[in-house]
Amino acid sequence: MSLSSFQIWTIILLLGAGTFLIRFSFLGLIGDRRIPPYFLRLLRYTPVAVIPGLVAPLVVWPAATNGEPDPIRLVAAAATVTVGMWTKNIFWAIVAGAGALYGLPTLIGG
Amino acid sequence: MSSSTAKRRFWQGFRDGLPFVVIVAPFAAVFGVLATEAGLSVVETMGFSVLVIAGASQIAALQLMVDNAPTIIILATALAVNLRMAMYSASLVPHLGAAPFWTRAVIAYLTVDQSYVMAVSRYDADPSMSTSEKIRYFFGVIAPVATTWYVFTLVGALLGQQIPDGWALDFAVPIAFLAITAPMLKTVAHLAAALTSIVLALMLAWLPPGVGLLIAGLVAMIIGAEVERRMERAP
Repeated sequence: MSLSSFQIWTIILLLGAGTFLIRFSFLGLIGDRRIPPYFLRLLRYTPVAVIPGLVAPLVVWPAATNGEPDPIRLVAAAATVTVGMWTKNIFWAIVAGAGALYGLPTLIGG
Repeated sequence: MSSSTAKRRFWQGFRDGLPFVVIVAPFAAVFGVLATEAGLSVVETMGFSVLVIAGASQIAALQLMVDNAPTIIILATALAVNLRMAMYSASLVPHLGAAPFWTRAVIAYLTVDQSYVMAVSRYDADPSMSTSEKIRYFFGVIAPVATTWYVFTLVGALLGQQIPDGWALDFAVPIAFLAITAPMLKTVAHLAAALTSIVLALMLAWLPPGVGLLIAGLVAMIIGAEVERRMERAP
């Protein structure tokens, strides 16, 4: 990472302040006022709209293999998603993904 | 209300919050490890977990810092991940809006997925709760969750300096993120938003770091909302 300590703290402080303002928005500042339904709808999709896009390049082009697609990482990602959707449980999803990531190379003698 | 009722509410919340420790501890440790592996000091790593206290956005920011994205893009993306908390804030108003200003400020700081979900479902199930009981309950839920978050970030940060290379730790970020997101894919609209985000982020990967993701996220949000609207309209 090429960031100076000053830049890192700038990011931490601004992200902390911004996140607090989001959390305090209605409870502290706006109060009991109706949110426009369309805006509420958009908010509902923020995590599933941002996180998959963040992860996709890391799964398809991993830095550890210099950006070459890696079958084991693809399987590990698929296992995490499948178990996560099936069990609705973050813990078991992580176990499945990590299990595939570390188990597969052993199984196929890699 | 007697003070023993209030005390009971705190411990009721505490018991309800306790199971989350199993999820929060590894996630916090992963952040601690990744942050120190990326070159952050232990103090900077703790700064993130104490001042931001929102794991997904912290890891998102970290990833973009490693990618050398501009500060403004890092902030915009990480804050976009946290926008859902505006929704949490709004739905806490009918329950906690009457609390004193500083109490509301502390509650806002401690509004995370777990405390929000647990508190609102308890408030709905138990409408007889007074405002002060609701406050105690909220603090009860968040007490084990936040403590675990701080402590295990520190554990991860200290461990991170000793973990050898070759442990495929680069893949901890995708696995952690996929594990958080997969259980959220409950409806066609959620799936549509996620797929849009993936396809656009890959297609726009040639743009400067973080820019493609921001566009992908915005479009995916609109697609998700639009699919939901159409599904509601359908008979």
